[in-house]
Amino acid sequence: MGKAKLKEHRINRDWCKGCGICVELCPKKVLELDAEEKAVAVRPEDCIACKLCEIRCPDLAIEIITEPDEK
Amino acid sequence: MPIKDYIRERFFPHMWCPGCGHGTVLNSLLRAVEQLGMSKNEIVVVSGIGCSARISGYVDFHTLHTLHGRALAFATGVKLSKPELNVIVPMGDGDALAIGGNHFIHAARRNIAMTAIVMNNKIYGMTGGQFSPLTGVGGMATTAPYASIDRSFDVVELAKAAGATYVARSTAFHAQECTQMIHDAILHDGFSVVEIMTQCPTHYGRKNKKGGPAEMIKEFKDITTPIGSKAKQENPGLIERGVFVEKDLPEYCAEYDKIIERAQGGA
Amino acid sequence: MSRQVKFVQGNEACLEGALYAGLQFYAGYPITPSSEITEGLALRLPAVGGKFIQMEDEISSICAIIGASLTGHKVMTATSGPGFSLMQEGLGYAVMTEIPCVIVDVMRGGPSTGLPTHGGQGDVMQARWGVHGDHSIVALTASSHQDVFEMTVEAFNIAETYRTPVILLLDEAIGHMREKLEIPEPGELPLVERLRTSVRDGVNYHPYLPREDGRLPMSDFGGVHRYNVTGLYHDMWGFPTSDPKMVHGLIRHLHDKIENRVNVLARYKEYFLEDAERIMVSYGCSARSALHVVKDRRLRGEKLGLLELQTLWPFPAEIVRDRCVGKKSVIVVEMNMGQILHEVKKAVDQPDNVFLANRVDGEYITPPDIYKILRLIQGKGV
Ligand SMILES: Cc1ncc(C[n+]2csc(CCOP(=O)(O)OP(=O)(O)O)c2C)c(N)n1
Ligand code: SF4
Ligand code: SF4
Ligand code: SF4
Ligand SMILES: [Mg+2]
Repeated sequence: MGKAKLKEHRINRDWCKGCGICVELCPKKVLELDAEEKAVAVRPEDCIACKLCEIRCPDLAIEIITEPDEK
Repeated sequence: MPIKDYIRERFFPHMWCPGCGHGTVLNSLLRAVEQLGMSKNEIVVVSGIGCSARISGYVDFHTLHTLHGRALAFATGVKLSKPELNVIVPMGDGDALAIGGNHFIHAARRNIAMTAIVMNNKIYGMTGGQFSPLTGVGGMATTAPYASIDRSFDVVELAKAAGATYVARSTAFHAQECTQMIHDAILHDGFSVVEIMTQCPTHYGRKNKKGGPAEMIKEFKDITTPIGSKAKQENPGLIERGVFVEKDLPEYCAEYDKIIERAQGGA
Repeated sequence: MSRQVKFVQGNEACLEGALYAGLQFYAGYPITPSSEITEGLALRLPAVGGKFIQMEDEISSICAIIGASLTGHKVMTATSGPGFSLMQEGLGYAVMTEIPCVIVDVMRGGPSTGLPTHGGQGDVMQARWGVHGDHSIVALTASSHQDVFEMTVEAFNIAETYRTPVILLLDEAIGHMREKLEIPEPGELPLVERLRTSVRDGVNYHPYLPREDGRLPMSDFGGVHRYNVTGLYHDMWGFPTSDPKMVHGLIRHLHDKIENRVNVLARYKEYFLEDAERIMVSYGCSARSALHVVKDRRLRGEKLGLLELQTLWPFPAEIVRDRCVGKKSVIVVEMNMGQILHEVKKAVDQPDNVFLANRVDGEYITPPDIYKILRLIQGKGV
């Protein structure tokens, strides 16, 4: 199984409550809160698609979409 | 199936506060169920009353939102009457171990195959920050304005002593571990207990000057350690995480089936 | 085939009735004077493929039967005063969530631990108002073993028909006394089976949307319809709401489904009412002594009659009023300080003509006890 490659951070702005957990715990500091206190990926190129943000988000508001990693 | 297929999307965003650790338990639970690939129709989620108990309304299974402390009692009726169902019982720490403490130990004693998830935020969240049996000595709460003198339960030790046959502990920080434990607990054929330490920034955090959600969830990393780690020997104050008990003992519903056989004149 | 005849305790008559009605799941906690029901079902239920569980207390017992009812089973628990007190929160939950179940309370002397091995009828008002909040409830009672059997079957039938908990108020005397019971043959008494939804898989099922006839078809947990059950005020899907319109609609529904059917739910027996000048109103074990007095006085030319109530709640006020019209006096016979007395007074046109014949010392009220009071009422002295 090859390493999954990031395609997109899908952030549901209606569900995100701006708790900052994903921002604080991202190992690569990819995420930040914007002026409306919603998570945004400001440095997507640094993302290693570890999905730690996705599995910890208490609001199911962030999803890491990866390139299909079969083959 | 993506995990969104297991929730009732129309009720989102959910009612929990920003950064509430209970949300991460929901997240982990959904992933565990997704990995198991079970049909939604064979899962029953029974909860009591509390912030934690609201979890049942958000998941697209058969859901029973009951009375404060009584979730396991209702669940026992569901399970024994229809053992083929997978019964999952998420509870708050007060729910499970104060008002519901008796049902907790007796469900464990019977070893009836259900999955109890204790969402332990060390406080009564829903009612506004009173201390719970998990707050512990020195903790601040609206009913412990001079700091609590009540000693706390150790959920794991209690579950073990009462006879639970799967006992594990993790935290909202260790979401992947949580998912694995819930997954295994659901598969376990006996009474299983998964304690998940969660942050309540609104009440416990504020009263105990723990900072915001991010600081609180990070603290779980610092104050816990895997079972039997070297760190634990050096620092006995650390709380151990991992699977403490996993054993096969006769399961209650299966044993009752034997009673039926005997009563009907069989073997 | 002929009816099986047994010589049993009232508690056994109750469990025989429950099995006849199709009881499939029982949870209970031992307490005098109801333990024989719990013990008997531990023995008998598995033999018919049902499930019995002894829970850690009465709170969990009622919770467990509600859970088992939701998976599609006929369920029951039995207890006595102290346990009945513990069950009130669960009972209210069953009222709110409209889950069929039968709760037997074999009354003993109260309050508190009271008189465990003596009789009483002191839980009548607790059956009505033990649950917090406005609500309606059905409570039945019986005075003979044959009636205990039939009222137990009725309790299940009413619970299933109206999706409601039904309380069966027995008492220590009936529960422990032995007498003859003829078990009706299968099919002799009508049985109501659970009304299940005909809504197919993939089509929206509304667990709390009544049909035109007011009934709410159920769907078993584990079936194709996933829905929510909560003790909070809820919408037709079972999800919490505090919308005043929906809250109002639900409390009215819970109230009306019982209170609008007072006459349908009324079970009672009439003895010598046509020409009676004085009438006794009684129920349960007290009605046995009352009937004895009626028959005895009739031999001496006194025109006494008896209205025996088998439905206590909802209180059949119209029937009571109708039967009491024009009577010289109405004597309520019960083993408490006058719990049904007040209902009768409220119901009749001349409340001053309603008297109480009671006994509250733990001893069974006897025909001489009642006769003594009768003489007092008639101004004849003791
Ligand atoms: C019989 C009863 N007593 C008290 C309450 C009030 N009550 C509701 S939730 C709760 C405590 C909740 O704390 P916990 O179980 O830890 O759940 P959390 O909200 O922290 O998730 C209490 C005391 C109640 N609903 N019912
Ligand atoms: S963890 Fe979730 S809710 Fe919190 S800021 Fe990130 S995306 Fe938003
Ligand atoms: S997937 Fe990992 S690296 Fe990428 S944003 Fe989320 S936490 Fe950061
Ligand atoms: S009060 Fe605490 S437990 Fe309740 S939702 Fe808010 S953060 Fe969570
Ligand atoms: Mg709590």
